[in-house]
Amino acid sequence: MQNTLDWQIASVKDIKIETARVKSFTLTLANWTPHRTGQHYDIRLTAEDGYQAQRSYSIASEPERVGEIDITAERINDGEVSTYLHDVLIKGDRVEVRGPIGGYFVWEASMSQPLLLIAGGSGVVPLMSMIRHRAAAGAKNPTTLLYSSRDFEEIIYHNELDKLQAANGNLLISHTLTRSQPAGWKGYARRIDESMLQEVVHPLGRSVQVFICGPTLLVESAANALVHGGIMPNQIRTERFGPSGG
Amino acid sequence: MSDRFVSRGFVGKRRGGEKANRIPPGQYLTDDFPVLSAGPTPHTSLDKWTFTIEGLVKEQATWSWLEFLELPIQKYVVDISCVTKWTHLDMSWEGVSLDALLEHVELDRKALFVTAYSDGGYTTNLPISDIINGQAFIALNYNDKPLAPEHGGPARMVVPHLYFWKSAKWVRGIRLMEKDKPGFWESAGYHNHADPWKEQRYWND
Repeated sequence: MQNTLDWQIASVKDIKIETARVKSFTLTLANWTPHRTGQHYDIRLTAEDGYQAQRSYSIASEPERVGEIDITAERINDGEVSTYLHDVLIKGDRVEVRGPIGGYFVWEASMSQPLLLIAGGSGVVPLMSMIRHRAAAGAKNPTTLLYSSRDFEEIIYHNELDKLQAANGNLLISHTLTRSQPAGWKGYARRIDESMLQEVVHPLGRSVQVFICGPTLLVESAANALVHGGIMPNQIRTERFGPSGG
Repeated sequence: MSDRFVSRGFVGKRRGGEKANRIPPGQYLTDDFPVLSAGPTPHTSLDKWTFTIEGLVKEQATWSWLEFLELPIQKYVVDISCVTKWTHLDMSWEGVSLDALLEHVELDRKALFVTAYSDGGYTTNLPISDIINGQAFIALNYNDKPLAPEHGGPARMVVPHLYFWKSAKWVRGIRLMEKDKPGFWESAGYHNHADPWKEQRYWND
């Protein structure tokens, strides 16, 4: 624990375009520490005159990948750090980071209860780390991701989620698209609500462990609906991505 | 670091103008009020709500919601910094000073620390010296309206000079203690004291 939170210079190994507003960045770390899925790193940018800006970014990758992490960042239009990551940073650049950070919104493959992951937009990022870790560790606990996006084109990690689901009989990916749906769409087509939650919770049973990450309204309504439906508050862990994630 | 690292091509937004000196290091200015909570928002009905001062006091004090409203309510305009990096200047609250609450109990001279505890099981720890002399209050209103549940309503302890996780949402009481006892986030890697001007975010900062 002692050294994990020192600042270090990571180098950008790869940049992947996920959607029109979302990119993933693979960072190589000399002082790499295995993270617990759900944790984040802080990124600190420093200008020539010493001005600095910091933000937190969830880790998207699994801890089985030694020596590097992926972070996935949505470009916030009036943002300060996300715009730098999207518009300036290129492969080979260096960026100052520290982590992993966070000790509550975390999941490890040794936690064997059925797992319900609820994501809104880029809130899927820490949950993707859990899903990738679960696959890498060969965990068999029944797991459902309920993932709300506005449009089909905004679904992050879409192909990989499809492949993981096809390869793993215990993993169910359930999408809802709240703004527009392509022709022939078979998923949900509304905001997450109590009846939708009942449908996804029921097969997982009462002992389900729930992680919710997304905008405040989604997290509030999903957590409240689950508690109303009989899930104990201590089975639900939340993380919020407000509009000012910059 | 002797040679400071510079991020290639980074200029920054430098929001704040003449107020920039009120923004602690590593923070950015926002006009939003982001919500960060570890679990579901508790909903306790006001007829069951109480606030208690307990622990190292001669006699513990407990107020019902209606009794609490009889206490002197003051207006506070304060700057708030959250460890997730946002700073919101001039946030307008109304609430009851911890000084006014502590007048109702007789402190044991061994009492040096407090744990604030909340509905939902949240706790946070502070030295008494950080909550007296006008430094902390129990907020009931924000921007002239009752404090919303997701922001900690009906009542939230607010300690503006420390990172905002020290401002316990859904607060139901404080326990006075001889020894310090790390709370929820303080046990999970976050700094025990949490002064934003010293950037005390995590353990060892």
